[in-house]
Amino acid sequence: MSSSDERRDPAEKPSVSRRNFLKGTGVAGVALTIPLAPGAEARAGVPAAPVIGPEKSKITLNVNGTARSLEVEPRVTLLDALRNDLDVTGAKRVCDRATCGACSVILDGKLVYGCSVLAIEAQGRKIETVESLASNGELHPVQKAFVDNDAQQCGFCTPGFVMACKSLLDHHPEPSAEDIRMGLGGNLCRCGTYVGIKAAVAQAATELKKTRARGGRRNG
Amino acid sequence: MAEYKWPEESKRKYIGKRISRIDGPDKVSGRAKYTFDINRPGMLFGKVLRSPHAHAKIVSIDTSAAESMPGVKGVRIIQGPGTEIQWAMDEIAIVAAIDEGTAEDAARAIKVKYEVLPHVVNERDLAAVPAANRRPPTEQTKGDPETAFKGAEVIVEDVYGNDVITHCCLETHGVVTEWQGANNVLLHQSTQSISSVGGEMARALQLPAGSVEVKMDHIGGGFGSKFPVDRWGVEATKLSKQLGGAPIKLMLERDAELTVAGTRPSAYAKVKVGAKKDGTLVAWESESWGSGGVAGTGMPPYPYVWQFANQKTRHHSISTNNGPQRAWRAPNHPQACLVTMGALEDLAARIGMDSLDFVLKNIELTGVRANVYKDELLKAAEMIEWKKIWRPRGQGGVGSTSTLKRGLGLSLHTWGGGGHASDCDLTVHPDGSVEIKIGSQDLGTGTRTTIQIVVAESLAVPRELVKVHLGSNKYPPSGSSGGSTTIGGVSASSRRASIDALNMLLEKVAPTLGTTADKLEAVDGRIQVSGDPSKSLTWKQACAKLGTQPLTTRGKNPGRENLTSAGVGGVQMADVTVDIETGVIRMNNFVAVQDCGLIIDMKTAESQVFGAMIMGVTFALYEEKVMDNQTGRMLNPNMEFYRLAGLADIGNFKVHMMTGKGYDERGPIGLGEPPTVSPGAAIANAVANAIGVRVPTLPLTPDRVLAALARKGGQAS
Repeated sequence: MSSSDERRDPAEKPSVSRRNFLKGTGVAGVALTIPLAPGAEARAGVPAAPVIGPEKSKITLNVNGTARSLEVEPRVTLLDALRNDLDVTGAKRVCDRATCGACSVILDGKLVYGCSVLAIEAQGRKIETVESLASNGELHPVQKAFVDNDAQQCGFCTPGFVMACKSLLDHHPEPSAEDIRMGLGGNLCRCGTYVGIKAAVAQAATELKKTRARGGRRNG
Repeated sequence: MAEYKWPEESKRKYIGKRISRIDGPDKVSGRAKYTFDINRPGMLFGKVLRSPHAHAKIVSIDTSAAESMPGVKGVRIIQGPGTEIQWAMDEIAIVAAIDEGTAEDAARAIKVKYEVLPHVVNERDLAAVPAANRRPPTEQTKGDPETAFKGAEVIVEDVYGNDVITHCCLETHGVVTEWQGANNVLLHQSTQSISSVGGEMARALQLPAGSVEVKMDHIGGGFGSKFPVDRWGVEATKLSKQLGGAPIKLMLERDAELTVAGTRPSAYAKVKVGAKKDGTLVAWESESWGSGGVAGTGMPPYPYVWQFANQKTRHHSISTNNGPQRAWRAPNHPQACLVTMGALEDLAARIGMDSLDFVLKNIELTGVRANVYKDELLKAAEMIEWKKIWRPRGQGGVGSTSTLKRGLGLSLHTWGGGGHASDCDLTVHPDGSVEIKIGSQDLGTGTRTTIQIVVAESLAVPRELVKVHLGSNKYPPSGSSGGSTTIGGVSASSRRASIDALNMLLEKVAPTLGTTADKLEAVDGRIQVSGDPSKSLTWKQACAKLGTQPLTTRGKNPGRENLTSAGVGGVQMADVTVDIETGVIRMNNFVAVQDCGLIIDMKTAESQVFGAMIMGVTFALYEEKVMDNQTGRMLNPNMEFYRLAGLADIGNFKVHMMTGKGYDERGPIGLGEPPTVSPGAAIANAVANAIGVRVPTLPLTPDRVLAALARKGGQAS
């Protein structure tokens, strides 16, 4: 949405939905005056940032190597876009505010909370979800380690933990206890599977090391 | 006639071994579909408008603005004008719209006028609870406690308890519901009771019981909170009907999950307990109170496990304007255990006895399981090195410093866990593959895996041949997964179905092997003449004798000959370090020794015990539903401030399962509840041992630890 004619001036079109959107997100009155000042963008003398929404916009997301098109409002999170619009449901919605890590996905190689990234922000970036890890029906060493060590019970936190473990081992192939504490400290489990998860991290690290020694796939 | 019993240990190929859960690969790869993951064609999203007030009367509701919003398909009032709301976030209306954002906007656009009424949301201080919120107390006396206390040489009197906690299922409660034609409903629900919610929904819709089909492959936690077809599910289904049957997904938001979808009641008690100087227990008296919401709550079984000849209990049920209680793993037991074991720990300390010696001295008062407890106490003590580390109260265990105090605490517990009613259908196909259909559910406890193990063991075939189907109410009915009843139920029914099927197959192939069925046995994927492997058929050859017609049997529990029983004991010991400058508690070691009869899968059984211990660390140290007296609302309905233990919080855990003679012959007994009972007591006792003073109520947050230390003079004595 970069062409200027698609930008909307809220002062010209006092859209109920935009007001509600701002109210809904808890933006205070002082912030409201900025977008409502007529012509503010033009007067600022800098190239205007594209304004999209509040209606749905067509975007394309690169999910697990495939370009996927969808129409979402700007307020829709990457997590909800994956789950509701693309039926990619491995990442789970649990706390929905960046505490529990059940929604963890890897964005341009970096682990993020899918609930705390907007879908529109993820355009043009490489999105990896838990669905991408197994190749040719063979589980990734992290996934296999979770199965072998029973690092799961109900399994609802598991995709997030698997992604966090993968990211941890991508960046720390031989993680210290502190690396593990930091790398997995952003994920929570209710059933209590941490004993298995600790064992799984150890097994996966060893397996990945062997794979690297054999010249196998890098970064898992 | 077939004989139903479990195989001898020497003949077990799968039972009791360490086998990975069979749905593990689906769960780690994101393939496992939970109710929250179900997306149906043309599906709408439901959102609920909730009461901001803890106690109020609804005066008027105006849904017109919501109904006229683009994208909104329907609005339905759940509780209309005149209704008295009894807790904050109770359901007022439900909206269905084309996407979540629109549904949220629409729910916000509904205008409700309330007449706000006074509320009570806290009950920790009994004296501060208004008379109107108290039920008449109940009282029970056994023996003559008054006289017995006169003979006590040492008496402890103190207050113990725990605050309300919630289930905090990671997958919130909810449904995806739709009509298929005018008279049939397809319901995906996150439920612990696949075989009963359909009938319950049908009753609410005034349909015949069979017209609601329920499906659920996986569930993201229940812990006792997901038995009923909830009002939100019924209302979503009624709204779907108004909208021509369109599928509606209604999953609770996190704040609603923590506020209205289930709590474990609070429990507080003033306890007086007496003993002789040599440690012999003589009498118990308690005055307790607690609340599970508007309906109050019953008395936990005080005193817990220990059978005093002379005891008196008095209990006050308190009604509060909080979301209602639901069964929470081992209902009432963790509370009763915390209060009882806390008072006994304090009594031992007052006498100057090692609490392990004190408990062993009185072990006969635990009744029928005294020997089990004794074995378990000794095993746990060895695992945690009790005698090496333990020091008298307040001296600090081995390794303590001037500010870091180490302590040990112990607790013991019991639970029933007998198998529930369970039916299943087992089919042996002519190609040798086997299927079992059972209206049960796998809560993450390993139910699927254990059923496969039982069938494969019973037929002597590789596990891979056995496909387990559960999670549908179109399969033979099996009980709810609650009260640790599932493993006993499903293992018994699937064992009987398997034995019957095998016997039918033996009849079929006996002529081929030139003998009679009673001379045949199934061993390692073969059917052979007993003791003569030279006369045999492979499993596949044997099944081919079925011709074109698969063989099907119905297994049941209960049935002839008991394959399961009830009643287990467990012991846990905690090793903690408390920083007396900050009040922060660290778990060092935590051990559990648990009995659950015959173990079907050692790996998932141990996982369940580890899980219960970790959940126990959470409720001992972190979890509290914090209610605000001013607004009547929960202050922490989220996961930042409703804290769960993380990976770094748990320390070094060890589990030992009691097996072999004396255990195996009782058959499988449930394990979901028992290990969740003791953690609060064991950890609280370890803290008291470390810092020399009792922190009266869980959770043992740093502020409470520091307050307890301040009361005794700021020093660990």
